[in-house]
Amino acid sequence: MLKIKNLHASVGDRQILRGVDLEVPTGEVHAIMGPNGSGKSTLSYVLAGRDGYDITEGEILFDGEEILDKPAEERAALGIFLAFQYPLEIPGVATMTFLKAALNAQRKARGEAELTTPDFMRRVKGAAEKLNVTQEMLRRPLNVGFSGGEKKRNEILQMALLEPKLAILDETDSGLDIDALRVVSDGVNALRSPKRSMLVITHYQRLLDHIVPDVVHVMSAGRIVRSGGPELALELEAKGYADYVGAAA
Amino acid sequence: MNAEPRILRTQAEDTFAAEYQAARARLPGGPGMAAARDAAFAAFQAAGLPHRRVETWRYTDLRALVRAVPPLAGEAPSDGAEFADPLPGLDRARLVIVDGVYRPELSDLSGLDGVAVQPMAALMEADDPRIGTAFARIDDPMVSLNAALMSGGVAIDVPAGVAIARAIEIAHVTTSAVGAYVRNAVRVGEGASVRIIESHVGRAGSAYQANIVTEASVADRAKVVWAKLQAEGDAALHIGSLAVTIGREANFDHLVLMTGAAIARAQSFVTFAGEQARAGLFGATMIGGKQHADILLSVDHAVPNGSSRERFKAVMDGRADGIFQGRIIVRPGAQKTDARMMTQGLLLSEEATFAAKPELEIFADDVQCAHGATSGEVDEDLLFYLISRGIPKAEAETLLVTAFLAEAIEGLGDEAIGEAFEKVAVDWLARRGNSANGTV
Ligand SMILES: Nc1ncnc2c1ncn2[C@@H]1O[C@H](COP(=O)(O)OP(=O)(O)O)[C@@H](O)[C@H]1O
Ligand SMILES: [Mg+2]
Repeated sequence: MLKIKNLHASVGDRQILRGVDLEVPTGEVHAIMGPNGSGKSTLSYVLAGRDGYDITEGEILFDGEEILDKPAEERAALGIFLAFQYPLEIPGVATMTFLKAALNAQRKARGEAELTTPDFMRRVKGAAEKLNVTQEMLRRPLNVGFSGGEKKRNEILQMALLEPKLAILDETDSGLDIDALRVVSDGVNALRSPKRSMLVITHYQRLLDHIVPDVVHVMSAGRIVRSGGPELALELEAKGYADYVGAAA
Repeated sequence: MNAEPRILRTQAEDTFAAEYQAARARLPGGPGMAAARDAAFAAFQAAGLPHRRVETWRYTDLRALVRAVPPLAGEAPSDGAEFADPLPGLDRARLVIVDGVYRPELSDLSGLDGVAVQPMAALMEADDPRIGTAFARIDDPMVSLNAALMSGGVAIDVPAGVAIARAIEIAHVTTSAVGAYVRNAVRVGEGASVRIIESHVGRAGSAYQANIVTEASVADRAKVVWAKLQAEGDAALHIGSLAVTIGREANFDHLVLMTGAAIARAQSFVTFAGEQARAGLFGATMIGGKQHADILLSVDHAVPNGSSRERFKAVMDGRADGIFQGRIIVRPGAQKTDARMMTQGLLLSEEATFAAKPELEIFADDVQCAHGATSGEVDEDLLFYLISRGIPKAEAETLLVTAFLAEAIEGLGDEAIGEAFEKVAVDWLARRGNSANGTV
């Protein structure tokens, strides 16, 4: 599903990604772990199509198609979803309005009919209940006044509604207490499917107790430096990133 | 203000003088009114057109901007029916003023039982002593010019205790390239409640000059919602002035939406005259091309225990200039005043500008006052968040700009009027989206 080859990205003079190679086959869940500043969020932004990065080398194939020249909204419509490490607050845009605009924009881009309001409401309601997202939250402006946990639940709600082929979760566990972590993980696990791939970015192993990955990669200084099974996460938890932080210098 | 007589006059000022001399005898009013007009014109002549060195006009130099002076409005060439309803779908009574003259036969007063509506020209003929009192302490050359040249308008009296559910629109239409000088009065009696809409439209491409002065009083415990829509023709000069006095425990919510005219100035002078009164003052400007829109707000907390909220938003595209000058005055003894003024500019193009000058003048010690101003472009992070969910860039930008303006429009606290005004904002953004792949 996703194939990244020798990806180099920089901002201004600053080189952040220095040759990322990564392959996530359809239906698999891969984790990326690594020290702070190793380039995990940058990789997620570059995948989602954010402006402001110079891609100096490499390619990103999604379902065999090069996507680097596609704007973010097209990538979204193709089925790439990024759950943000820091979801943004948007005063004045009701969460419900936003969800509807997003869902219908993607449907339109794919040549599908817009959802009727009752149909849309039914879908939101179903997904929201599973994630403990209340009706009151949905009426509020997007993420405004939401707690850290509420914001993360709202990200997963968007993922559930948009049904992406590839979900990239950037530190979805950060700022969550153990109960919230369980709700979010259950939400993510419910969306695991043989047709959907996931790239789970995390600094800590504890999320991977709940969302058990097929493969774990270690990122350091803008590269994937090691890959292995779930046991690699346990090793990192025990030993820390000391070995890899050195490589970043 | 600059009151010393000037010898040098601009050509425009000379034309105003000639127009006044020619029209003087036929302008409505008794002997009292005629004397007041002469005094007002003398005041205008002494000050001249406002210019950069007049503090309240520093961003709108009319001496430089007003080159030509159109003839004073005479008999209107049309009844204005050709202009589309600027607020479709909003139920309201309508008092129609065409080229400066109130036209009862074009108006719809249903639902206004108990409200007295009179042509202002009739009050002028009767030398009504109330005319001009709201501006007695406000020294402004364009208000003086209006006081000299005003031809008519409406006077609305809502008696004490009367609650009018149906909104009342004062609809101003300018049909051709004339100078239209309108004077309105709105008096809301004790405990009464009313919703006023003030709209301004006119012929596109026509370089008319509309100068509208409105005197309003909100008596004790009265409740007034007032929304102004400035959607003048694209070549127009709009100068709108409002002076309002708010009584004890009264509520006054006011919104100015500015989107039309080549050069627009909306000035509001709000005076707290009774304790425990509350005012919400809001502005939403959306301009593009070479438009220039200037808002001046003066809030005078003259008595203790008043509270006011000021929130002004402006969106500038193209090479437009948006301006907000706001001043909150807390008079000596006006303790426990609570006032917060915020203004925000959103620049949609690199050539657009926004100037904000919020000021506090506080002469009491036990008060809570704050002001703030920001200016910037659409937040790239917010934009990316929306786009990453599949929302195309133009639509994402529209969502953010609408949300930005909605905070001011919704402040008015009137759902029906707010909805109609938000639609004006959405339509503006849609037109912008259509005309622009890039901006002019
Ligand atoms: N827009 C940017 N401009 C400059 N430096 C950046 C930018 N974004 C990220 N960086 C830098 O790149 C490095 C990687 O950042 P990031 O991708 O956020 O790492 P991670 O998510 O692994 O903690 C950090 O040193 C960070 O300071
Ligand atoms: Mg990160």
